[in-house]
Amino acid sequence: MTAMADASAPAMLAVRDLKKHFPIRKGLLQRAGGTVFAVDGVSFSIAAGETLGLVGESGCGKSTVGRTVLRLIEPTAGHIEIDGRDITHLSKTELRPYRRQMQIIFQDPFSSLDPRMSAGDIVAEPMRVHGTARGGDVRKRVAELFDRVGLRKAQMDNYPHQFSGGQRQRIGIARALALQPKLIVGDEPVSALDVSIQAQVLNLMMDLQRDMGLAYLFISHNLAVVEHISHHIAVMYLGRIVEYTDKRTLFTKALHPYTESLLLAVPVPDPKVKRQMRVLQGDVPSPITPPSGCHFHTRCPYVFDRCRSETPLLREVKPGQLVACHLR
Amino acid sequence: MASIDIVPGPADIVRAESVWSKIRYHAAAHPLGVVGAAIMAVFVFAAIFADLITSYDPIKTNSLITLVQPSHAHWLGTDQMGRDIYSRIVYGARISLAVGLGSTFLGCVFGVALGLASGYIGGWVDLVIQRIVDVLQSVPLLVLALVMAAALGPALDNTILAIAIPLIPYTARVIRSNTLTLREQPFVEAARAVGMSEFRIAVRHVLPNTLAPLIVIATAQLGAAILTEASLSFLGLGVPEPHPSWGRMLSESAAEYMHTAPWLVIFPGVAISLAVFGTNLFGDALRDILDPRLRN
Repeated sequence: MTAMADASAPAMLAVRDLKKHFPIRKGLLQRAGGTVFAVDGVSFSIAAGETLGLVGESGCGKSTVGRTVLRLIEPTAGHIEIDGRDITHLSKTELRPYRRQMQIIFQDPFSSLDPRMSAGDIVAEPMRVHGTARGGDVRKRVAELFDRVGLRKAQMDNYPHQFSGGQRQRIGIARALALQPKLIVGDEPVSALDVSIQAQVLNLMMDLQRDMGLAYLFISHNLAVVEHISHHIAVMYLGRIVEYTDKRTLFTKALHPYTESLLLAVPVPDPKVKRQMRVLQGDVPSPITPPSGCHFHTRCPYVFDRCRSETPLLREVKPGQLVACHLR
Repeated sequence: MASIDIVPGPADIVRAESVWSKIRYHAAAHPLGVVGAAIMAVFVFAAIFADLITSYDPIKTNSLITLVQPSHAHWLGTDQMGRDIYSRIVYGARISLAVGLGSTFLGCVFGVALGLASGYIGGWVDLVIQRIVDVLQSVPLLVLALVMAAALGPALDNTILAIAIPLIPYTARVIRSNTLTLREQPFVEAARAVGMSEFRIAVRHVLPNTLAPLIVIATAQLGAAILTEASLSFLGLGVPEPHPSWGRMLSESAAEYMHTAPWLVIFPGVAISLAVFGTNLFGDALRDILDPRLRN
C-alpha cells in the first residue's frame, strides 16, 4: 500500500498489514475460547509534518492500532517502520532509542498523570529516563516546554489535581514533547475536554506540528475534530480500514457506504438545512465473530450477494483515494 | 539505565530552606496529628531515657511494699511483687515500641514486596505468591508463636517475628489489589511509552500511589501488635519474665486485682490505649499530608 502517502515525502511511520488478535481465555485451565479480531490487516503511512486522522466507532480497533504502532501492545502480525527502520521485532532494549522518536498523548487528562508527582517532574521524567538532560538543565528544559505548551513556569511545582482538564492535557503534551519525538500518537486527545478547550488544544498541536515537523496519528471518533487537524483521513470499521483519502475528498466525495453514513450523521449547525438522515440499523457486530466477506455488509444499504462471501480489498479507485468496497 | 540524580534547582533550594515553615504549616492544618505525634514522642523519649526518668529498678522485687497505693514515693503504686508500676511502664515502653514498630515494619516490608510483585507482574508469579500468602494466612498466630517459642525460646526478636508473619498476607493482599488497578492506569502506560523499565515503573509510579492504604494499615497494625504482644506474654510465649511488658502487666493483674488494687490494671491499660491512640492520630495526619491531592 505504498500509494497511500506522497511518494515524494519519506514516511515517518509506515504500517503494513498490521494485525492484533486478542485470545479470549476461559475457565480454570485458560483454554482458548475465541479470538477478538481487534485489528485485522491495517496498512497506512504518515509523512513528516503530516496528520493522519483515524476515525471509527468505539470498538473498531483504532486505539489498538495506536498502541500497537508504539509497541505498547505487541502486534500479532504485520510490520511497523519508524523513519525507515522496522521496529516490529526489536527487543525492549533495542526499542529504547526508538521510544524517543514516538510518543503518545492520552484521552483522559486525569488518569494519564501520576497524581503523586509534580507537573514539572512528570514532564522531566522522560528526559531523566533517557538521560537527554542532566542536573539543572532538566529544570530549564521543563521550563521551556511549559512555555511552549502555554503553561506558566511557576506551575511546575504544582500537582496534577491543581490544574484544569485543558491544562492537564497541556502537561501531557509537554511530556510527549520532552524527548523531541518525530511521531506522536494522539489517542482521542481532546474528546474528554470541554468544547471551548478542544479548539485551544487542537491549535496548540497544529502549531507544534508546524514548528517541529511532527507527524501525528490522530485517533478520534469526532469527524469535526478530525477535519480540523488532519491532512489525510482513514476510516476504520471492525478492525479494517474501509476508506483512505485526503481530508477534502473525504468530506466532499466519500465513496464507501460506511463513510457516507458517518458524514450524514454529523449534525449541521443550521436549522434551515433540511437533510435526509440515514441512521445505520443495528449495532456494530462483535469483533469476536466478525461478519463474513465485507464486515459492513450487515448494515450496508447497498448490500448484494458478493459482499457476504468475498472480502473487498482496499484499492485505489481514484488517484489518492482508496476504498474497500465491491461497488466502487 | 540513566541515573536519576536530582540536582536541586532554584525552587528546590527554596523548598529546602522552608522545612520548618512547612512543618509549622502542616501542624496548624492537622492539630490532632500534633497530639498523636506528641504522644508518640513522649513514649519514644521514655523508652530512650528510661534510666534517667525513673528511680526504682523495674525488675527487683520487694515483699515489704507490695500493692502500695499510688503515693508520693510510688506515683502509680506498686504491684503484688513490690515493683514500682511507673518504672515498669517506662521500661515497658521499650518493649512495646520494639514489638510494635519492629513487627509492623517487617510485616509491611515483606507484605508490600510480595503484594507489589504479585499484582504488577501477574501471571504465574501472582499465582505462586498468592498461594504462599494463603499458607501464611492459614497459620494461626498462637500456634506459630507457640512453635517459635518452643523451638527458639521465648525472646523479644522471636515475638516480633511471630507477630510480623500474620501481618504479611494482610498487607500483601491490600497492596496487590491496589496494584492491579494502578498498573492499568494511563500514567503507567505513559511511563512505558517513554521506555521506563517495568521495575522502575513499579517503584516510581505504582508504589507511591499505594501509600495511603499502607499508612492506614501500618498505624492500625502498630496498635494491634502491642495488644498481640500482651496476649502472647500472658501465655508465656512473648517477652519472658521479669522484663516489664504492658500487655503482661495488664493481663496478669486484670482478674485478680481489678477490685482490690485497680492501679495495677488501669495504668498499663492507659499506656496501651494512649500508644494506640497516638499512632492512629499521627498516621491519619501523615496520610493526608503525604497525599498531594489533599494539600492546598
